[in-house]
This record gives sequence, C-alpha cells and structure tokens, in this order.
Amino acid sequence: MKITRRGFIQTAGAATAAGMIGVPYIALGASKKVVVVGGGSAGATAAKYIRLADPTTDVTLIEANSNYYTCYMSNEVLGGDRSMDDIKFGYSGLGKHGVKVVHAKVTGIDAKARVVKTSDGSSYSYDRCVVAPGIDFQWDKIEGYDAKVAEKIPHAWKAGPQTALLRNQLEAMKDGGVVVIAAPPNPFRCPPGPYERASQIAMYLKAHKPKSKVLIFDAKPKFSKQGLFVGAWKKMYGYQSDNAMIEWHGQQEEAGVVKVNAASNSIVTAFGDEIKADVLNVIPAQKAGAIAFAAGLTNDGGWCPVDLGTFESKIHPNIHVLGDASIATGMPKSGYSANSQAKVCAAAIVAMMNGQEPGTPSYVNTCYSIAGKDYAFSVAAVYRLTEDRSKIASVSGGLTPGDASPEVFKREVAYAHSWYNNITHDIFG
Amino acid sequence: MAYKTFTRAALVAGLAVGAAFSATAAEEKPKMMMGADAAMLANTCAGCHGTGGNSQGPAAPTIAGLSPTYFEETMVGFASGEIPSTIMNRIAKGYSEDEIKAMAKFYADKPFTKATQSFDADLAAKGAKLHDKYCEKCHAEGGQSPEDDAGVLAGQWTPYVNWTLADYKAGDREATKKMKKKLSEMLEREGSDGVMALLNYYASQQK
Repeated sequence: MKITRRGFIQTAGAATAAGMIGVPYIALGASKKVVVVGGGSAGATAAKYIRLADPTTDVTLIEANSNYYTCYMSNEVLGGDRSMDDIKFGYSGLGKHGVKVVHAKVTGIDAKARVVKTSDGSSYSYDRCVVAPGIDFQWDKIEGYDAKVAEKIPHAWKAGPQTALLRNQLEAMKDGGVVVIAAPPNPFRCPPGPYERASQIAMYLKAHKPKSKVLIFDAKPKFSKQGLFVGAWKKMYGYQSDNAMIEWHGQQEEAGVVKVNAASNSIVTAFGDEIKADVLNVIPAQKAGAIAFAAGLTNDGGWCPVDLGTFESKIHPNIHVLGDASIATGMPKSGYSANSQAKVCAAAIVAMMNGQEPGTPSYVNTCYSIAGKDYAFSVAAVYRLTEDRSKIASVSGGLTPGDASPEVFKREVAYAHSWYNNITHDIFG
Repeated sequence: MAYKTFTRAALVAGLAVGAAFSATAAEEKPKMMMGADAAMLANTCAGCHGTGGNSQGPAAPTIAGLSPTYFEETMVGFASGEIPSTIMNRIAKGYSEDEIKAMAKFYADKPFTKATQSFDADLAAKGAKLHDKYCEKCHAEGGQSPEDDAGVLAGQWTPYVNWTLADYKAGDREATKKMKKKLSEMLEREGSDGVMALLNYYASQQK
C-alpha cells in the first residue's frame, strides 16, 4: 500500500482514536453491546437515543414485523381522516443512526448468559438488553372472546390489520346501526383511547350515517379526561339528550363486559344485559407482551417491575423493560411516556456502559385526544423521580380547561397533528 | 427600555410561580431528584417540537436556533400565564429558572431548519415589503435572525406565527412598546391582508 499524506493522517488518527478508547474498554473489561427487543415507540426510541449519545455502542434492534403501525392516531383511521399508510413506519431511519435492525421473532432471553434467541435459531449476545414488547391481552377475562374470535370481532388495540378490519366494518354498516365498544379495565394502554375512539366513530357516523349510535360498556366507574369528553360529546353528539349518538355505561350500572356471543355479535354485561351490535369492538384486559413472560420479567399482576430511574428490571439485572409493559409508577401508558422513558433509559445505559453513574432523570407526557372536527384537548405533565425512587411524580401539568374557547380546542387539533409528526419522526426518523 | 421592564416583570412573575410551586411541593409531595442535565431536560421537548427542536409541523413551532433570552422569557411568560398558550402554561411550570436557562442554551446551539410549507408568491412579495417597513428593524435579515433576542419568523410554521400575531392583535399577549406601535400601524394601513402577506413572506423563506 502506498502511503500518501492523506492515508498517513487517517492511519495515525485511527491509531490514536483506538488508543484513547481502547484503555477504558480494557479497564472496564466490557464491550458495549446492546440488544433491543421490540421496535415500537419505546424500543425504537431507546435504540436511536443510545446511538445519538454514544456512537461507539453496538446496538441491534430485533423486531418481528417489517413495519410498525402506531396505535396513537389509529382512531383517526377509524374516523376516516387518516389512512393506514399514514400510521405506518419502517426502520430505515434507525439504520441511518447505525442501529442494526434484524427482523426476527424473539423466542427467549437467557438472562444469565446474556443472550437473546430468535425463532430462526440465531443468538444475539448483549451487555445490556432492552425489552419493549408492548401489550398482550388477558383472553381469559371475557367468556367467548379470544384471539380467534378477534379475527372477526376486532379489538383494534394493536394497530395494523385489526384497525383496518374495524374501519371496514364501520364503512359497511348501514345507517341506523349500533356500534358497541367494550372498554377495558385498568391498567391498560392509552387510557383516553377508548373514549377518543367513540368520539372519532361518532364523528364519522354523524357525517355519513346520522341515525347510528356508539354505545360504550365499561367496567370502570370513571375514565380519563371524562369531563372534557363529556363536554365535547354534549356539544357535538347530543350526549345525554334524546338523540344522543354516544352513550357511556359504567360500573355504576355493572356495565363491564363479561361475555361475547360471537354468533349473534352481542355482549353480555356483568349486570346480565345482552346488547346486540352491528359493529362490535372488544378491548380486553391487558398485560405485558409475551416476550416479557418468556423472559421471566413479569410480576403476579402480569406487568414488569423496574427501577424508575434506569428502567432496569427488578427481576433480571442488565435487562431494561420499557413502554407499556413496564410498571412506570406515576405515569400513564402512552406513546409519549414510552418515548420519554426510553430516553431516560438510553441515557442511563450509556452512562453505565461507560463506567459512570446514571444522571438525574426528567420525564414528560403529553397526550392529545381529537374528539371531533376542530376539537381536541390534551393532558400534559412534567415528571421527576422521587428521591426514594418509588414514584415518577408530576411536578406540573394538567388538562385543557373545560371552559377553553373554541379557538383553543381548534388549535389543539393542529398541535395534536404536530405532536404526531414530531414524535414519530423522533422515534423512527 | 420598555422591553427590559417587561422582561423583568415577567421574570419576577415567573419566580413567584416557582416559589408557590416549591411551597406546595414541600408540604404535599416527597422530595424529587433534581439536577438533570441540559440534554435530559431538552430531549423531553422533542415529542412535540421535533428532534433537536426542529418541528416537522404543521403547527408546533421550531425551537432550535432561538436566542437564549427569547427562549427564557417565553418559558417564564408561559409559567406565569402572562403569555397565552394551549399547553405550554401547564408544562413550563415544571422547570426551575436554571433548568430553563440550560434548555435555552441547548436549543440556541442547534441550527434552525426552515419549514417546507406552501405559500403564495405574489403575497410573499408584498409581505417582503411590509416586513422591511414594519418588522425588519427588530426581526433582522428578513425575520431569520435571532439577534436582539427577537423571535425567528422566517421559516417558522405559519399557523404558529399566525396565532401568535392574532394573540398580540387581540391583546391577549403583551407586545413590547415598539412592536405594539409598528403592529398597530401595519394593521391600520393594511388590515388582515397585511398579516396574510407577512405570513406568506415568512413561509416563502425555505433556504
């Protein structure tokens, strides 16, 4: 090889760089290898932000699907304002940040050997693993409703084909039809989601099938952003009037759904009422995603206990659990929470792998609900970790005031769409 | 001078809010871990304002490349309620003065990427003239300079600039004496057509 001036400088530079980084490497006795399991909002954010903070870390993200459909804004697909393509994201953006993306199904994690195994027989060793499996359903809680029945009666609580199925059923429904939503018990992904869904469906029906109704049957006595939803429903959908397009039935009426009769497309409530639907959407009780169970990361409640400052599992060291599957005491299970917590986790992982103490965390959640045309509202909060690490406590925040002007509700729609564009770009871009 | 007075008033109001918050926190809430670094604090904004503070739109403003003073004054104004907003009043209260300073510096160091958005070329040409006449003195270089602690207008998302101007016009947001004078002069002579022209001019600057 001919040594040119340029080549010489490059070689010398590389040697110096290697020398500088090489010493602490040896001192720590560790490489810096992270495997992220799950490419949803939490997993993708963690992978990207680890690489942004420390490009010398080797990050592999393993995800079964080649695309991700965001659950947030999928209600706009049901309402007709958004297409399935508008909520679909690929992984090429992460590749640009140096994340190695592997499409495979993870079958298990050997926490002792620090190895992630996939169904194609491959193994991926790690120094630290991030598990972000999202949610799974407790199929045994509603008689007559399981994964097989869900192929006809959608839950649409994991976005994708389920969302498209529910939208198609709404489009095919005749005017004067009844849409029934079975809302899940706490805790669950996206607390305001079922009620935004009812709003979006009512918006679609009001414009296209105005004799139709949306009925919500709920095991809970109250729900997220209730005052704001009720205010919006009264203004737009005749709530509590003779022509109400939305009805909500809660625990007060023992309205929790205990049984689904697939043959007659009906539900049975705890009280014993049977209600027949033209379109039925059953959102079951939830738990951490399957891989969290396979890896032994869950507690008796079916969710994953973690240190709230690093998101490291309280069961298996060196594994961090993120997103809806984790017990992030004090914060709701939302896309913004997942994104924010993933950044806290990424910073902690980078610090720990470089032999430093994790820094002080700070978290934010912002969640918009679009209840109708020119009508959205939000809940937002800034959070800090308590000194005893027992809770992520909000230090400021709150809801859109119920008496906000029409202009504020209208602006919040544009800010909701901005939030969507920015957070998805922050995660996948 | 009026500008400085306004700044100080806003800062004092902001501190009062901060003090009230601390008192409540001490009585009712457990002690929080404080001392998060600038990146930790600032990265939490990205979900709404974009990675590195560059918003993908269509409405949430880009917060990269602003003057640190402008950033601080705005956050303090949100926290005190002096500056109206949809959501920022609720969020800004969650940060101390030092934390706001750290975030201001973090984002001031990031480049402002001008938004790609639609505009009308004729209106933009008219807006350029109006900008020179009424706005350029403080919002220099066609509204793209953060110098003199002015807000960046060129390449900012149109709905945000529009609503901010509407808030000034309605008296919901207090402008500096100089801006009040120039804005009312412009509105008197050009009316809402003038606002439209200016918005198109700022939207037309994309490079």
